[in-house]
Amino acid sequence: MPGKRPISPHLQIYKPLINMVMSIFHRISGSALYFGMFFLAWWLMSVASGPEYFGFVQGVLASIPGRLILFVFTWALMLHALGGVRHFIWDTGRGFELGTVNWMSWLSLLGSIVLTLLIWYFGYKMIGAF
Amino acid sequence: MSMRTPLSRTRGLGSAKEGADHFWWQRVTAVANLVLGIFAVALLVSLVGSDYATAKATLASPLVAIMLLLFVLSASYHMKLGMQTIIEDYVHSEGRKMLFIMLNIFYSVFVGLTCVFAILKLSFGA
Repeated sequence: MPGKRPISPHLQIYKPLINMVMSIFHRISGSALYFGMFFLAWWLMSVASGPEYFGFVQGVLASIPGRLILFVFTWALMLHALGGVRHFIWDTGRGFELGTVNWMSWLSLLGSIVLTLLIWYFGYKMIGAF
Repeated sequence: MSMRTPLSRTRGLGSAKEGADHFWWQRVTAVANLVLGIFAVALLVSLVGSDYATAKATLASPLVAIMLLLFVLSASYHMKLGMQTIIEDYVHSEGRKMLFIMLNIFYSVFVGLTCVFAILKLSFGA
């Protein structure tokens, strides 16, 4: 029955605004991290399993696809963390002015990219790339 | 078998009194994740490219183990709450909703417990 009735406009109707895009990213990054926790469990189990299996898992994670996945997870974590900070501010009843909402959204996007690159800079430093 | 409609039977009873609990724990674990997550990311970056002995010794040290245990517990509860909200938003059929909510709990507990097991095994001598 609901299929026959007119429904309210959904996502594809609206021009994408930054606060709306970041809200969607917050949910997508959260979902990604949900499945990413599996990799953390896998890696921890590999350390607990012994040098041979640890070497195998390290090899998988250090491969190009492995690095790509870890890079995306790093970005998802930073995006979700900064989005969370934004929500803490909103929880106090502050930051609801349109201008504030917009710059906070942009800041969390830019911040997540900067933090991700920083983390990977230090990661590559650990293996002596610099 | 009641002749009354489901709506009339629940009207006046109020909410299930659990909504604020979900919200509260979402925020508590979010705050914890922010602090513990910084520690976890720093720890993982410090172990990039390290050999087995170093990784094992680092994860087995008490303070690291405790911080990491707190992180995986907080993170797995946080992700359970978050995914439940997503399921409730998008899965409308009652049966399928129950199924996914259960699977969500099973997955979150499984991942969390696996992390805890691995950390404790390392701490108590793998």
